[in-house]
Amino acid sequence: MGPSGSLIQKAPRRRRRKLTFDYVSFMAVFLGLPLAIFLIFVISPFAQAVYYSLTDWTGFSPEMNFIGIDNYVKLFQNSTFITSMGNNILLAIIVPLVTLSIALLFATLITVGGPSHGQVRGLGASSFYRVVSFFPYVIPAIVIGILWAQIYTPSGLLNGILTSLGIDSAEGFAWLGDERTAIWATIFVIVWGFVGFYMVLFIAAIKGIPAETFEAVRIDGAGRFRTAISITIPLIRDNIQTAYIYVGIMALDAFVYMAALNPFGGPSNTTLVMSQYLFRTAFTKGQFGQASAMGVVLAVITLLFAAAVFTVNRLTGGKDDGGRS
Amino acid sequence: MVGVEPEIAQRPTRRVKTSGSDKTVGSISHAMLILWSAVVVLPLLWTFMSSFKTTKEIFASPFGLPATWDLTNYLSAWNQYSFGRMFVNTVIVVGFALVLVMVLGAMCAYVLARFAFPGSRAIYYLMLAGLMFPVFLAIVPLFFILRNMGLLNTLPGLIITYVAFALPFTVFFLFAFFKTLPDEIQEAAYVDGASEWRTFFQVMLPMAKPGMASVAIFNFLGLWNQFILPIALNTDQSNYVLSQGMAAFASSAGYAVNFGALFAAVIITVVPVLIIYVIFQRQLQGSVSQGTMK
Repeated sequence: MGPSGSLIQKAPRRRRRKLTFDYVSFMAVFLGLPLAIFLIFVISPFAQAVYYSLTDWTGFSPEMNFIGIDNYVKLFQNSTFITSMGNNILLAIIVPLVTLSIALLFATLITVGGPSHGQVRGLGASSFYRVVSFFPYVIPAIVIGILWAQIYTPSGLLNGILTSLGIDSAEGFAWLGDERTAIWATIFVIVWGFVGFYMVLFIAAIKGIPAETFEAVRIDGAGRFRTAISITIPLIRDNIQTAYIYVGIMALDAFVYMAALNPFGGPSNTTLVMSQYLFRTAFTKGQFGQASAMGVVLAVITLLFAAAVFTVNRLTGGKDDGGRS
Repeated sequence: MVGVEPEIAQRPTRRVKTSGSDKTVGSISHAMLILWSAVVVLPLLWTFMSSFKTTKEIFASPFGLPATWDLTNYLSAWNQYSFGRMFVNTVIVVGFALVLVMVLGAMCAYVLARFAFPGSRAIYYLMLAGLMFPVFLAIVPLFFILRNMGLLNTLPGLIITYVAFALPFTVFFLFAFFKTLPDEIQEAAYVDGASEWRTFFQVMLPMAKPGMASVAIFNFLGLWNQFILPIALNTDQSNYVLSQGMAAFASSAGYAVNFGALFAAVIITVVPVLIIYVIFQRQLQGSVSQGTMK
């Protein structure tokens, strides 16, 4: 999801260069060096992981037998892995939906949610809300996790607030220790961390829509809700699509939040995610072949997820072919 | 949910200054935004307050003000629990990685954006692939690659992997930037006899400054927050970076943890990035729009 692939088509036509020392050394250092680092530390491990996933390698022993798809077969018979995959899929559906709905709502209020007379404008004090909401984005995710783990402890801030509001059943309740609440408490933390960033993103996108468009629909008599549904959302749908993929990929990983909030997978594995299980399988159990197979499954699910978001956006009338996102 | 009931009340005919429904919608909107701001700010204030309390005080009353406002927790976090050393490690790793990735990324983006040669498009798409796959797929082989190179559990090992994984994002962002610079300037530099090296460092790179600044901020945040790479590739306690030290400390001894020091460590980790954020707030929020998402 970097800048567009379409840009590449208008690469400047350049005369063929002479292979002077200047040009050759320039290419070697400017292209060769970064590319070598990238190939050695990013691409080659990805490729190796795919190969390891087809072996029974334990990591520290020299023996490694090619066993074909056995690891994958075992993986899908492993109920703990299936549970973790289910949790990941739940996260990839719920987290973007909640995060982006809140972000979109707030962004709309801040940009065009102001009084319905005069110029189309946002609410007052909007820059205060914008700056404050962005705070969590600059806090390291691990710190967010640790902080909320403390807020959620039975004698933490949340229960303190709830009991002082007269909700006595909250006293001593373990939000992360109860099967019913663990995953939702976790989802809330991830949403908390991300809303501000996407709010700022959507604010920029909405500000990119010409003000006349909003004036025009207002003259046509559309209210705020109608404007949001028929103008704002359709006009920034490509931004929403990209954001959906970003948040979704993050939710499919989720390792850092889980490491802080539920390092052992939560009550009865209700918050265990694939990345956590992968890490445990590799570095605690030393089953590197099996762990690599999990990595491949995670990668495939990530790609399928991105493809699904593109497809849904296209089928519902989006025009983005993926190039611009 | 946007503007629940307003539209019927104010048809476009002459309107009063502020209609009643406008006020209602306005108050509901403000209420929601204030509530969210509180949800963001309260935990941070609570952390700050708790960082001055003793563990006993923290558990006795979550809201109470600390008995004394002294720096005991900060001193023990910094010295006794080695967050000082981790802070230094983090600054070293993030500093070197940031400079390296900016230089290498800019060079690579420049070549890919402005020089036509066979395979340039393939390289571009290879980088795109590097951005799409989850780091987790790479983590196991990466462990062994670093071990074979003797870089496992070392700061240089961390630096080089940070650089490698931040490279695709940097290249993509700057690619678009170098693409927009006019051809004529580059040609003029050649005509004046500048070498390729000189053209880049003295002519093209300074022109890409705004783009470089945005990417640098994003990379700084990303690298400062990096968690999975150090956890997997750096198990030597004396080389811990802040994020992994935090995790280790929080999970170390269950309820025997010195929570006051834990909160102090949180503040130590957060304050540098918050300062950077407050200083660069405008650029950062501006670059969110033109940056990552395009």
